[in-house]
Amino acid sequence: MRVPVVTFRLANGLAVTLSEDHTAPIVAVNLWYHVGSANERPGRTGFAHLFEHMLFQGSAHVGANEHFEIVQRAGGTLNGSTWLDRTNYFETVPSNQLAIALWLEADRMGQLLPAMTQQKLDTQRDVVKNERRWSVDNQPYGTWWERLPALAFPPNHPFHHSLIGSMEDLSEASLEDIAQFFSTYYTPDNAVLSIAGDFDPAEARALVEQFFGPIPRGGGKPPLPPMELPAHFGGWERQVVPDMVMLPRLFLGFRAPVFGTEAHYVATVLAAILGTGKGSRFQRALVRDREIASEASAFTFDLAKGADLLIADVTARPGITAESLETEVAREIDRVRKEGVTDDDVQRAVALLETALVSSLQSAGDRADKLSMFATYLGDPDLVNEQTERYQRVTAAQVSRLAREMLGEDNRVSLVYVPSDGTAESSARDEVQEPVGAER
Amino acid sequence: MTAPTTGSTRPAPGPPRDYRFPFFERVTLDNGLGVIVAPVHKLPIVSAVLVADAGAASEPASAYGVAELTARMLLEGTRTRNGDALSEQFERWGAAVGASADWDAAMLSMTVLVPRLEDAMSLFAEVLLEPAFPERELARIKAERLADLLQLRTEPRGLADEMFTRFVYDKASRYASPEHGDVASVKSIDRAAVERFYQARFSPPGATLILVGDIAVSEGVALAQRLFGSWSGSAASTSAVSDKPARTTRAVHIVRKEDAPQSEIRVGHVGLPRNHPDYFPALILNGLLGGLFSSRINLNLREVHAYTYGAHSSFDWRRGAGPFVVSTAVKSDVTAAAAREILLEISRIRADAVSEDELTLATSYLDGVFPIRYETTDSIARALAALTVYDLPNDYFDNYRANIRRVTAMDVLHAADKHLHPDLLQLVVVGDPAVIAAPLEELDAGPVSLYDAEGRPER
Repeated sequence: MRVPVVTFRLANGLAVTLSEDHTAPIVAVNLWYHVGSANERPGRTGFAHLFEHMLFQGSAHVGANEHFEIVQRAGGTLNGSTWLDRTNYFETVPSNQLAIALWLEADRMGQLLPAMTQQKLDTQRDVVKNERRWSVDNQPYGTWWERLPALAFPPNHPFHHSLIGSMEDLSEASLEDIAQFFSTYYTPDNAVLSIAGDFDPAEARALVEQFFGPIPRGGGKPPLPPMELPAHFGGWERQVVPDMVMLPRLFLGFRAPVFGTEAHYVATVLAAILGTGKGSRFQRALVRDREIASEASAFTFDLAKGADLLIADVTARPGITAESLETEVAREIDRVRKEGVTDDDVQRAVALLETALVSSLQSAGDRADKLSMFATYLGDPDLVNEQTERYQRVTAAQVSRLAREMLGEDNRVSLVYVPSDGTAESSARDEVQEPVGAER
Repeated sequence: MTAPTTGSTRPAPGPPRDYRFPFFERVTLDNGLGVIVAPVHKLPIVSAVLVADAGAASEPASAYGVAELTARMLLEGTRTRNGDALSEQFERWGAAVGASADWDAAMLSMTVLVPRLEDAMSLFAEVLLEPAFPERELARIKAERLADLLQLRTEPRGLADEMFTRFVYDKASRYASPEHGDVASVKSIDRAAVERFYQARFSPPGATLILVGDIAVSEGVALAQRLFGSWSGSAASTSAVSDKPARTTRAVHIVRKEDAPQSEIRVGHVGLPRNHPDYFPALILNGLLGGLFSSRINLNLREVHAYTYGAHSSFDWRRGAGPFVVSTAVKSDVTAAAAREILLEISRIRADAVSEDELTLATSYLDGVFPIRYETTDSIARALAALTVYDLPNDYFDNYRANIRRVTAMDVLHAADKHLHPDLLQLVVVGDPAVIAAPLEELDAGPVSLYDAEGRPER
């Protein structure tokens, strides 16, 4: 099983990957811009994501919200997303609609600014503020994805601040910021384009050259502040967050090797051993045997610069305190650190990673996104074809060694959510709060 | 510097390439088990789904929630293996396995790479045919469900969904209670109830095994015969679920969430059953009203008023009439204004036929997106499961796109007139009464009642 990969680069620097598959009349177009919240200037948290919203507000030849309408009318699906160090835009369309999908992406890469107005910015600012309320402020535990990076990366590190942004900073964003961000980061030499599915390579290449070729190269982007970090946190910082929640939940973070390195594959296998599937260490020990947790998982953030994070995410069972939750999770972590993992552990984790990879490669959109990811982070989309082998090469000895080095008390941060006073009170009189676990 | 030009002319589409839903063959084994095999040879992967007539709608009134518990308990131990050993074995073969129940069916599902298919399928059969339902695991699974219910009280989206169905359906309807049971019903379910439900509802004539992926029809049928051929039992009868509404007048229900920065809004009423003859017009109607990003409700609430991050509508398709609902979350101080816009859009789409241009927004989307929905073996298997659950004809998928294209603006208008009922709408809002109660009274959309987070009336 091999995903075909053909790459070329336009004179303006746009890196293009083509991957043919004619099993269904579907084609996916996927653009990654190498810019994310890490590139925001002080006082403009949330801007990269707000900017992503503005890319759906039209361009020189496309009206506001017309991008959505054109793609859906063509029978396609689409979206965009913003992450710490990249922003992506993608559509999957019937294969006879490839040209319009490419044209839409090129129009906004080349000529976004003529369509930008104060009114559109004000509207999207309010939409994003509502997105913040919906996903962060009005959701139990919703602040974890801004509190955890804040805890795990030092102040002024590009990954430290909030991706969704503060209400104050969102209010400050101006059309001038839009123009500046666009000309700095939304340039062909700061993007990769992947096309996967049913297309004729010569025709696709001609379309890419026709639509994207005339867009001028950018003037270069300012370098990010230094990203390098020591391999360990150098301690165990804890933050307790009283919140409107019914059950304590622990996020235990470890600094991990960056995405793309040999050691990162080992860290991914370690995370899967700890927290992927019902046969994982966490599920067996914390959910099934000791009945401490109602949910438990572990994963890596997959950051390609500075340092990555491995996160254990465990929610208490009713009746279990935050303290015993933390003790029990730490005990399980310490067991893996001291005793190491077995060949069976590794085999299980790698088999699950393999199935998940093949499953996702069935979809043209997922294929294109993976190609863009490897092209953006590591300059080589063909790495998608090496994933299975890389995972299979990981040994129990490597995982045990990494666990020993990485999971120690000198390399931890904890974020612990506890029911705030009012919530605790209402849950204390609840009859569901009966002893259900061995440990209370 | 002059701006570069992409070219102002939008490229036109090329000729469409034909697409057919994957070929599949449907046979019935001697014991009555349905078997569907769909060969898809793109990647070395197979998805298996066993769908059984064991959904929440078939639960006895004494055991709401037993369908989900029974489905989940399948993976918690067999006569010869405990739950730990089961998970361990499946996962060492890289098999992603799941079991759950919805309103109309229970599903055991698995995706695995071809080299491990035979091994994993034997275990899949063991799980289905020889479950042990250990007491201790049942207690744990029940406690996990109770933890979910507890969490719901501070989770406004789930809470709004749950309260909405409670205010829409008559108390005696199964649909008025949570799909996976409430605190009292889940607590009351013991091992015997699970065993009884399993014995009554899991039988070869009431089940279908679906295999999709890198496998030939003959191989799939032989595998089914070998693993499930000796399964015996007769099908249980299924009685229709009552879809009686709770009220015959419009009303507003506020569920208290102190200091909430947003209100979770649900507006709707009892909808249509899946097999209703107006299914296709209703799909298009919903797409235009609130189903698509470019739908009236989303553009109004999000892009014109910036009240929300998103708003959408849906018909929840079930054997009985599931709810029709408009869902959104808006900044607290515009709650009543947003509710007014939703009511206006529902009235507006009932008043005038949509233009041809607007109509094709939904028809061309649903027509074009059809092949994109079936890229993975798992999604094809789930589509085939729906085919059996709702007794759809074998050529259903082959005719789907033509059925979509056939819908006219008048069909949509008739569907709106017949199936949207402004007078019966229930408005459910999870939010801060201090901010939203007075404006909602002024909205004059119906009597306003206030409830706590468990749905107990406050006044």
